[in-house]
Amino acid sequence: MRNQHVNAIVIGAGAGGGVVAKELAVSGLSVVLFERGGWPVFDKHSNDELLSQRTMVLGAAFGPEAEKNPRVYIHADGRRTITTSRDGWMHHHIAACVGSGTVSYGGMAWRFMPEDFKMRSTYGEVDGSALEDWPISYDDLEHWYEKAEWELGVAGDDSENPFGGHRKKPYPMPPFRYDKDGEIISAAAKRLGLHPFPIPMLRNSIPYNNRPACIMNRTCVGHQCPVDAKNGTQNTVIPTAIASGNCELRIYCKVAEILSDEQNRVKGVRYFDARDRERIQTADMVIVAASASETARLLLNSKTRYYPHGLGNNHDQVGRYWQGHAYTGAFGLFDFDIKSYTGPGATFGLCDFVHNVDGMIGGGMIANEFNRMPYLFSQTRPPGEARWGKGHKEFQVKNFRRMSELHGPVQEMPMYDARVMVDDKVKDHWGIPVAAITGTRHPVDHENCKFLSARAEEILKEAGAYRTWQSVGGRGDTGGFQHQCGTTRMGHDPEKSVVDKHGKVHGIDNLYVADGSLMVTGGGFNPVLTINALGYYVANEIVKSWNS
Amino acid sequence: MNSTLPIQHRREFLKKSILAFGGVLMLPSCLKNYTPFVFLTPDEALLLVQICEQIIPADSNGPGATQAGVVYYIDKQLHEVFHDQQLTYRNGLKAFEETCKGLHQKGFEELSWDEQHAFLTRMEQNQLPGQYWEEHSAQGFFNTMIRHTMQGFYGSPRHGGNKDYMSYRMIRLDYPYVIGRNLYRD
Repeated sequence: MRNQHVNAIVIGAGAGGGVVAKELAVSGLSVVLFERGGWPVFDKHSNDELLSQRTMVLGAAFGPEAEKNPRVYIHADGRRTITTSRDGWMHHHIAACVGSGTVSYGGMAWRFMPEDFKMRSTYGEVDGSALEDWPISYDDLEHWYEKAEWELGVAGDDSENPFGGHRKKPYPMPPFRYDKDGEIISAAAKRLGLHPFPIPMLRNSIPYNNRPACIMNRTCVGHQCPVDAKNGTQNTVIPTAIASGNCELRIYCKVAEILSDEQNRVKGVRYFDARDRERIQTADMVIVAASASETARLLLNSKTRYYPHGLGNNHDQVGRYWQGHAYTGAFGLFDFDIKSYTGPGATFGLCDFVHNVDGMIGGGMIANEFNRMPYLFSQTRPPGEARWGKGHKEFQVKNFRRMSELHGPVQEMPMYDARVMVDDKVKDHWGIPVAAITGTRHPVDHENCKFLSARAEEILKEAGAYRTWQSVGGRGDTGGFQHQCGTTRMGHDPEKSVVDKHGKVHGIDNLYVADGSLMVTGGGFNPVLTINALGYYVANEIVKSWNS
Repeated sequence: MNSTLPIQHRREFLKKSILAFGGVLMLPSCLKNYTPFVFLTPDEALLLVQICEQIIPADSNGPGATQAGVVYYIDKQLHEVFHDQQLTYRNGLKAFEETCKGLHQKGFEELSWDEQHAFLTRMEQNQLPGQYWEEHSAQGFFNTMIRHTMQGFYGSPRHGGNKDYMSYRMIRLDYPYVIGRNLYRD
């Protein structure tokens, strides 16, 4: 049976796509929302650490299926490794289910700072990096940040943070209180003249949106919430979209290609349904929101007469500027139980080291870290400590509740050669060429990480840690291991970007991108609220042009 | 180091494992060729049990890898998930035993606790003679075994190891895990 023509196809039911589908559907457009995974089911993984998004050693609880979705990782020395989701960070994957990473994340709901949109104007040209300004500013997104905070639900209070951009409305829910190490370490940070405050969280601190308040489940980050108190697109905007009657969510459907007509407009997609049958869905417009890696892959795999190298790619821009966050920080051992293991474990953050440090370009927020469950903890040791045997066990028993850590996402410098390509040999289960990811890091990343780790260590020492050590990020092969973004750069110049300031692909009237791929730079913060806000922003532009 | 060896001989191992893992192993004696393992051979399992017990030994802090059933975790996952590592184990354990016989003129199970420990330390530092390790790196194989032992010991019991959440009790992580009840501040 043929599919009925609709107004809009949205590809990817994650942080961006879920928002776009809802906005279009409630504005009266008919929408098909494609998701390659299914609805997440808590009982399939429950509190199982080895399947969680934190370790994934036995598989990714939220998808994608390892065997069906290989990727190629091209090392700096040219070696090619075929990876699966069980290879963890090296696979650069994003959860494949309704809600995507918003099901399993820790839920930090940061707004970017105004400077994050103006990196080039703030810091000038950075030799070797493709650092640029966004074509939109914090002010353009402020309203959409607010909408994301109220529609998805954020608990927070940033009155003690002197560094953020302005906001018109407070958060809809009061902040979470600090856990034990949050109290102790934030007090130490204050003594050092810093400005800690509660992390804004996409979790219910009070009942909100007809769902209960958070129960502080210790296996929160990396897992689905057992009581549905963690707010993602799967329990907010996507149900709203479906309830409008205008949105059909099509799960376990893998989009292979975006189809175009002779007038250089897109006309629909070719996809494989849940039973691997090849199908066509036509629409008046297509919005791609499949994550920085998969969005780029899909555009590159969609070749037409006008775009022989993939849609929007006539200037070799699609897939470039691949970025993420270089996580960095420090650990400290205390001579008393400092960890209460209430969930999720990250409670305070500070923005003193984002854009406010002489000589540093960008930087990052730092926060006390999410809980490490026993296996992850066993992989965390100070330098020189035994990895096995009696020494391993003694450390594990003695310090499981006595180790705390401060970590943060340092924004990576965008690099022209850090990119997502499609592999010419390796194909996935459906015969679609897979993403091949490669690139190098800019030396600034590691310098920033060294600085931040040193600051984190100072705070832990002030808090009374008797032994501290740093874990310094920003080295090694390509970045983008966490919080991938940047691959369909937003910009005014069609030769140096892929989409315009409204998220529309240059030169194609009805093809949009609405996910982290749009981000010119990654900010020094977890990106989800910015992706939500971009979803609202792009959808608003689409509805405006649809109505005119 | 621990002076009471957890396992000395194969017969004792089989006896102990029957005691330790109970139910499924209580089988009629007519099933002579029965093995509780799906991928590992009994000889491989015996060797691996002793390596894992060195990686996480039983001591005053609590039980070790053997009692937690780590070998069952590794065997199960080699069958179900780690298909790409089956050869690593098959060849690696063979090379391991050959190296041991070459160096000590006896099998790993016949070494004393301290000799076993010293052998693994050399393996960790990649100082074992190379002739047995042409296809796989000895150090790489040891790292794999450490990781898998930790997963089996600290992961969810439903994957074959961490019997009765014994490692959780050891590190004072409360169990059984009752959603909504495990909220406490000290």
